[in-house]
Amino acid sequence: MGAYEFDLWVFMLAAFLGFQLIRGVSPLLHTPLMSLTNAISAITVVGAILLTGEREASTLSRILGFSAVFLAVLNVVSGYLITDRMLKMFKKREPEKK
Amino acid sequence: MTLDNALLPFLYMLAAMGFILAIKWLGSPATARRGVIVGEIGMLLAVVGTLLRFEVVNYQWILVAFFLGTAVGIPIAYIMPMTAVPQRTAFSHACGALASALIGTAEYYKGLNQGGLTNVVMIALIVETLLGFLTFTASMMAFGKLQEVLAQRPITFKGQNFVNLGVFAAAAGIGVALIVSPEQTFLFPIFAALALLFGVLLIIPIGGADMPTVIALLNSYAGLSASAMGFVLNNKLLIVAGALDGSSGFILAIIMCRAMNRSFSNVLFGAFGQLQTTSAAAGEAKPVHSASPEEAAQILDSARNVVVIPGYGMAVAQAQHKLKEMFELLSRRGVDVRFAIHPVAGRMPGHMNVLLAEADVPYDKLWEMDDINPEMSNVDVALIIGANDVVNPGAETDPKSAIAGMPIIQAYKARTVMVIKRSMNPGFAGIDNELYYRDNTLMLFGDAKAFLSSIVKELGALAKV
Repeated sequence: MGAYEFDLWVFMLAAFLGFQLIRGVSPLLHTPLMSLTNAISAITVVGAILLTGEREASTLSRILGFSAVFLAVLNVVSGYLITDRMLKMFKKREPEKK
Repeated sequence: MTLDNALLPFLYMLAAMGFILAIKWLGSPATARRGVIVGEIGMLLAVVGTLLRFEVVNYQWILVAFFLGTAVGIPIAYIMPMTAVPQRTAFSHACGALASALIGTAEYYKGLNQGGLTNVVMIALIVETLLGFLTFTASMMAFGKLQEVLAQRPITFKGQNFVNLGVFAAAAGIGVALIVSPEQTFLFPIFAALALLFGVLLIIPIGGADMPTVIALLNSYAGLSASAMGFVLNNKLLIVAGALDGSSGFILAIIMCRAMNRSFSNVLFGAFGQLQTTSAAAGEAKPVHSASPEEAAQILDSARNVVVIPGYGMAVAQAQHKLKEMFELLSRRGVDVRFAIHPVAGRMPGHMNVLLAEADVPYDKLWEMDDINPEMSNVDVALIIGANDVVNPGAETDPKSAIAGMPIIQAYKARTVMVIKRSMNPGFAGIDNELYYRDNTLMLFGDAKAFLSSIVKELGALAKV
């Protein structure tokens, strides 16, 4: 039980930290923010790898794990790339005006 | 080959720090790209660390999935047009949530064989799979509506809320039964099916105008599901990353709700857009003033300052590039042009900002609602492009309006208001807008992109004189 109580503390503190951090994000960047946090939450790839790579994983585990690795990697790759693609577009002043 | 598992927690800790810094640096445009890089490093550390764990011995399927995920992910990231960002976001929520749900399902069956399904694990597992499955179907529905594969109008039927809550209660009830006795395996597929069904039901009554809130909420659910997985696997990195995503989506949803003066339950169960459709016809006959592109160009050219208020219609017409040309021409002629962005303009938080940034509009010209409103009475021309409800003065004056109390961009305070609009059809909320009938309002009827092209042409001609 001790371990889970500790986990709950971690969750609680991380959630509060999240609230504080997100409140500091300018509304200008809310779309990139959402795609970045979505890429971050694809950390589920860790669980998917553990499931798929086990020595005595059942066929079910392997199929579901394989699908989950695919989906999570898809989110990681497209999430980070799109976030960066969007952020590149935000410029302060026009390059040069004649 | 295997990483000492004593080192692993520190790798995960570094990864978590990377994610926290990533969000911190995303806070302002100056540091935002650095944030993405540190987030990528965090992800890389976590993945490499996990691959080197001694439990992981079988690599071929993992590598195939890595390859496939990358092969599909890269084209999506580069080919997708910026106007499709809301759909892409909904789609990626669906992918993330499904991944969570599948892992949860596998963990459940694995636990049945190998033991370890304690009450605490089962609670986390049920939360993970419930949120995962319902977010999956809900996000796919949202994707369908945004992609216009499905009708954007909310669909309602009698007793809808009753049915929805009933399905949710049934799923939750079976979830509790599974927590109490996990060996009742026949319950799990029913539980999953009910969660999937609830996701569909949840989005059926949601209209386009509510999408920003709903997308933010689904973002939050996907994150919480990942966090719950952290409890199942006893992995703090998952808990932290999921909690960050969960709180982020939640805050955005709150911001969206506040910008519409509505509550969560009202968004989810209110079936916006339904009750007002009847009253929309009443305003048709009232006279309006309209103007040609020539007249519009002259008015803009002689203004000292102009505030452009874009909405979803700008995205639909893909008018942002023409808008930027107009912005350039007017700026060169000494007109101060700013853009006023309502928090719920478009189909997701920050949608308009991304489109205007794509068109190379400098972001210091993009103003938030609360900053621009105090200045609106000094504005010569307010040019509204494809926005409707977010500038409807009825929200302030008519307590019976469906959007009563919703904060608006006070376009009506400007000396002249110009509205580019296809026709006199009401907006997504289906509410008539008295702004269009005012004496200082000029309606510019036509497609936003075509009309702006004409204005740009006229301005070009004026510049030559």
